Amino acid sequence: MFFEAKTDSRKTKQNIMQLVLFIIFGALAVAGALNLLLQRHPINSALSLVVVMMSLAVLYWSLGAEFLAAAQVIVYSGAIMVFFVFVIMLLNAGEEERTKGSRAAYLVGFPGAAAIFCLLSFVFLSESHALGSSSVGGYLNHITSNISEVSALLFTKLLLPFEVTSVLILVAILGAVVLARKEQ
Amino acid sequence: MSHLTPFQTFLLLSILKVIVVLVITLTTVAYTVLLERKVLGRIQNRWGPSRVGPFGLLQPLADGIKLFLKEELIPIASERPLFIIAPIIALTCSLISVAVVPFGGMQMVHGVEIFNVADLNIGLLVILGITSIGVYGIALSGWSSNNKFALLGSLRATSQMISYELALGLSLVGVVLRAQSLSLRDIVNSQSAHGLLSWNVFGGFQFVAFFIYLMAAYAETNRAPFDLPEAESELVAGYHTEYSSMKFAMFFMAEYANMVTVSCVATLLFFGGASSPLGHLLPDNFGGPVLTAVFPILWFVVKVLFFLLLYIWVRGTLPRFRYDQLMSFGWKFLLPVAMANIVVTSLVMALRS
Repeated sequence: MFFEAKTDSRKTKQNIMQLVLFIIFGALAVAGALNLLLQRHPINSALSLVVVMMSLAVLYWSLGAEFLAAAQVIVYSGAIMVFFVFVIMLLNAGEEERTKGSRAAYLVGFPGAAAIFCLLSFVFLSESHALGSSSVGGYLNHITSNISEVSALLFTKLLLPFEVTSVLILVAILGAVVLARKEQ
Repeated sequence: MSHLTPFQTFLLLSILKVIVVLVITLTTVAYTVLLERKVLGRIQNRWGPSRVGPFGLLQPLADGIKLFLKEELIPIASERPLFIIAPIIALTCSLISVAVVPFGGMQMVHGVEIFNVADLNIGLLVILGITSIGVYGIALSGWSSNNKFALLGSLRATSQMISYELALGLSLVGVVLRAQSLSLRDIVNSQSAHGLLSWNVFGGFQFVAFFIYLMAAYAETNRAPFDLPEAESELVAGYHTEYSSMKFAMFFMAEYANMVTVSCVATLLFFGGASSPLGHLLPDNFGGPVLTAVFPILWFVVKVLFFLLLYIWVRGTLPRFRYDQLMSFGWKFLLPVAMANIVVTSLVMALRS
């Protein structure tokens, strides 16, 4: 009885810590996304995107997807965004010029964004049983390692999409090589 | 500590671990600089620093005071916030990775492992991720300085680090395949059965992977013979040309902390980490509980020191690569060999299982 109560209190404590982590990094992701839009210099925008991606990685991790979190950091923030920054540095892009914006964008854009937000949250909330759920936290310790599960799934059930994606990436690489080659 | 709840014990011990490991890492960084100057001096037939303290042992302290007291200059045309944040990113990223390194045996105190700041089940991926974030420090420093030498240095450094990261990551796959885990503790345990003979570099037949890792790691840390980003005969000082005082010191410390991390990872993945080269020849509880705790740390420190000395030795011996040689070496030699190593390792493992 006593033992049960103790593990229970420990669990709630852990959940509270995960919740705090979630709030901090969720807020950071939103702030980074807003900063991305508001900054005028492309490098600052790119760096805000890095912040968004890193906070998303922390959120993935707190949901128990540690491999996804690591892949997010290594692939997105570590490789793709470095190339973005690299290109901005090489092109020496200056500050963007602000326009007043078109009236149609204001009239359609804000209601449209709000509608999409409402639709998505409605679908997620009403279909949460079908989509499955994962409680925040409780996965950060050693109990489960989902890397083997993810790879088993990728190489058995999802083999065809996986291979097709690799072919797609290969095509993109070949395209880049063809475009970058000098005319003879 | 019976009146503390498990959570409070965990918190206090973790803070203590972080402080101790940070202090030890920074001291190691300071004395690696001295070691490098001393050993390089001997290689080049001169004394090296010998004036401050006995054998020049207080030289790091003097250097630190000098760097603290110097005037801090920020160029007027620089991108100020990024100029300031770049060395912070570089130093932070290089210091964080030490947190996942298990530097001793498995010793539990009140349910908390004391010789490892954080034992993560994806420790290896965390180190790779943090290394890839560290690129930003160098890339931003060069760009925000508004100086063509700094920009060229940082472009060189960034492209070099991105290119060699691939070979570095692929060279580790063989080790992960053998250990069947990404946790650094598990990887060390997988090599501790027969001492020297079961280390990945000898008994695990991962010596090809080890040499790929070593070369890629030298390029990752921008050290000789891959130190083109700061090639002083071409680029003044590369990406940190405009930095002075403590900001320069932060880049300097980041470079040496990266060296320490890379040496730690080489030790953990290929040289059995904190496990003894003698295996179980000595009884496991040899010399009482204190010596049992101290010996693994001793082995670990000796192995890391060996790699640091190797760094210095290579710097004193090999000339610098040319830039196109560096790129073709990374992409046309290291990367295919690393892939071949993965294929061969997994084939052998599939046949033997």
